[in-house]
Amino acid sequence: MLSIKNLHASVEGKEILKGINLEIKAGEVHAIMGPNGSGKSTLSQVLAGNEAFEVTEGEITLNGENLLELETEERAREGIFLAFQYPVEIPGVSNLQFLRTAVNAMRQHKGQDEMNAAEFMKLAKEISKQVDLDPAFLKRGVNEGFSGGEKKRNEIMQALLLQPKLAILDETDSGLDIDALKVVSDGVNALRAEDRAILMVTHYQRLLNHIVPDYVHVLAGGKIIKSGGRELALELEERGYGWLGIKDEETADSSVN
Amino acid sequence: MATTDQEVNELIKREYEHGFVTDIESDTFEPGLNEDVIARLSGIKKEPEWMLEWRLKAYRRWLEMDEPDWAHVGYPKIDYNSISYYSAPKRKEDMPQSLDEVDPELLKTYEKLGIPLHEREKLAGVAVDAVFDSVSVATTFKEPLAKAGVIFCSISEAIQDYPELVKKYLGSVVPAGDNFFAGLNSAVFSDGTFVYVPKGVRCPMELSTYFRINAANTGQFERTLIIAEDSSYVSYLEGCTAPMRDENQLHAAVVELVALDDAQIKYSTVQNWYPGDEEGKGGIFNFVTKRGAAIGKNSKISWTQVETGSAVTWKYPSCILRGENSVGEFYSVALTNNYQQADTGTKMIHLGKNTSSTIISKGISAGKSSNAYRGLVKFGPGAEGARNFTQCDSLLIGDRCGAHTFPYIESKNKSAIVEHEATTSKVSDEQMFLCRQRGIDPEQAVSMIVNGFCKEVFKELPMEFAVEAGKLLEVSLEGSVG
Ligand SMILES: Nc1ncnc2c1ncn2[C@@H]1O[C@H](COP(=O)(O)OP(=O)(O)OP(=O)(O)O)[C@@H](O)[C@H]1O
Ligand SMILES: [Mg+2]
Repeated sequence: MLSIKNLHASVEGKEILKGINLEIKAGEVHAIMGPNGSGKSTLSQVLAGNEAFEVTEGEITLNGENLLELETEERAREGIFLAFQYPVEIPGVSNLQFLRTAVNAMRQHKGQDEMNAAEFMKLAKEISKQVDLDPAFLKRGVNEGFSGGEKKRNEIMQALLLQPKLAILDETDSGLDIDALKVVSDGVNALRAEDRAILMVTHYQRLLNHIVPDYVHVLAGGKIIKSGGRELALELEERGYGWLGIKDEETADSSVN
Repeated sequence: MATTDQEVNELIKREYEHGFVTDIESDTFEPGLNEDVIARLSGIKKEPEWMLEWRLKAYRRWLEMDEPDWAHVGYPKIDYNSISYYSAPKRKEDMPQSLDEVDPELLKTYEKLGIPLHEREKLAGVAVDAVFDSVSVATTFKEPLAKAGVIFCSISEAIQDYPELVKKYLGSVVPAGDNFFAGLNSAVFSDGTFVYVPKGVRCPMELSTYFRINAANTGQFERTLIIAEDSSYVSYLEGCTAPMRDENQLHAAVVELVALDDAQIKYSTVQNWYPGDEEGKGGIFNFVTKRGAAIGKNSKISWTQVETGSAVTWKYPSCILRGENSVGEFYSVALTNNYQQADTGTKMIHLGKNTSSTIISKGISAGKSSNAYRGLVKFGPGAEGARNFTQCDSLLIGDRCGAHTFPYIESKNKSAIVEHEATTSKVSDEQMFLCRQRGIDPEQAVSMIVNGFCKEVFKELPMEFAVEAGKLLEVSLEGSVG
């Protein structure tokens, strides 16, 4: 489904991703771990087409289609979804309106009829319950004054509404209490499907108890330095990143030297 | 003055001999302004002597006034003698006969605004059967209004039919000597609207220039006068949603509102005059004086405006809060794009005891435009216990535009309370990325974010207008991203 070859990307002239190779097939769940600042969010953002990052080399294809030629919104309509590590607020724009606009943009792309306000309201209420968000959140401004955990649940709600082909979840588990972690994990597991791939960035192997990945990759200094199965995460937890030849606090930045 | 009048009359005659108002060509005055032109204008409108006198007095006053230069706008000097001061609605034969003959760009805009087909024809000046249309309007709306005793007609008709009311109130809120543009308007106003709501009457419907068939063709110098008698209520909508295709045209309107004891006037405007092209060529100079006098105790005047058009806007809908406990409100959205310039805001003049006012201003600048809020809150010595709340928010789109805030407060009463809040924010790259990542078009994203920013003002607009205003923002923001 997703194929990344020798991907290099930089921000403000500084190279962050230094040759990423990754293949993800439909139905698979991949976890990406790695020290702070190693480029995990950068990879997520580059996949989603954030123009703040410049791709200097390499290729990305989604089902054979060159993603790098597509604008952010076109990639989204092709089924790429990014749950943000730090969801941004849009004051005054109700969550409901935002979500309906998004859902209708996707539907329009697929040649389906737009959903009217009443139909959408019904659907949104159901899904908000699925992630344990009070439907009252639908009326509030997008992420406006949401707590950290509420923001993350709101992201998962969006993934459930938009039913993407590839869901990239950037630290959707951080900042969650134990109950919320369960709710979010159930949401992610509900997303698991034969025709869908999930790429999740996480620091904690505890998430992987809830959502069992097919593969675990370690990203350090802008490269994937190790890949393995579920057991790799356990090993990382036990031994830290040191045994892989990198220091715990090593970042993309310091590895430049 | 006898000689002058005589001279004027001579001149009128002479002009007439030159074939004035005989063929289609001469429906429009030759450019130029002098007492003769004013007399001709007044003559065509068959105005009574006192009206002509009133105009001439205003004109003489205007000659001695200077054009204001304090606003945060810049525009080439206007030659007042190069403007034509009267243009009668064109005859049917001169107008496009069907929508096929109308500029397709214009039609596209109407379509986006969701204006119904028959309205589009009217706005584009298509010669639909105007008689039929005005008859239907007359029968649908005139009847319930007449039943309620509400007078709703053109100011020209009012001068003929209700001279006592006009004499009493015209210029009572905005005197001819008030400012340069008001002076000019007083001398040459071509038409406008007159509304009178009698004591105790709640006007049975929203009044709108939209319903008046001639509104699309009224001149650049409109004059509106609304009088709400004791315990009455009226909501008036002014829609200038048709982008005009004219080159740098001057539009200098005056609106006067009078609210007596316990009366309420709600005045809403959606203004979308032609803003000029992307290079800043053409567009309307919108220099407007709007003021309401809350004379009566417990009276209330509220202005809501959505200003998206015009090349240069100079507009300060204001309230004079004279009556005890009277209330003034100003809700404004002003959007500028490309090379548009807006200097807009309000004045709240607190004279009476326990008067209160609220100002919510939302300025949005995109492109290379400049957007200024200018507000004055003034408390007279008698304004015991008066209060004002002001909130001024600016939103920037891109980094080549400017937002400025000029709040002035003058207080001659120690008990007065003022609260002021101001914010400036940007449509951030992160917000845009979030929207686009969810499949939303960049233009739609900007308009959604801007609509969110304007929510507090839009909720003050009557329902249909709020929808229209939202769409209008979308159209006006076109080309502001990417
Ligand atoms: N817009 C930017 N401008 C400058 N530097 C940036 C920008 N975005 C990211 N970086 C830098 O790129 C490097 C990688 O950042 P990234 O956010 O991808 O790390 P991460 O692996 O997600 O870290 P964390 O685990 O802390 O979330 C960091 O050194 C960061 O400072
Ligand atoms: Mg990160």
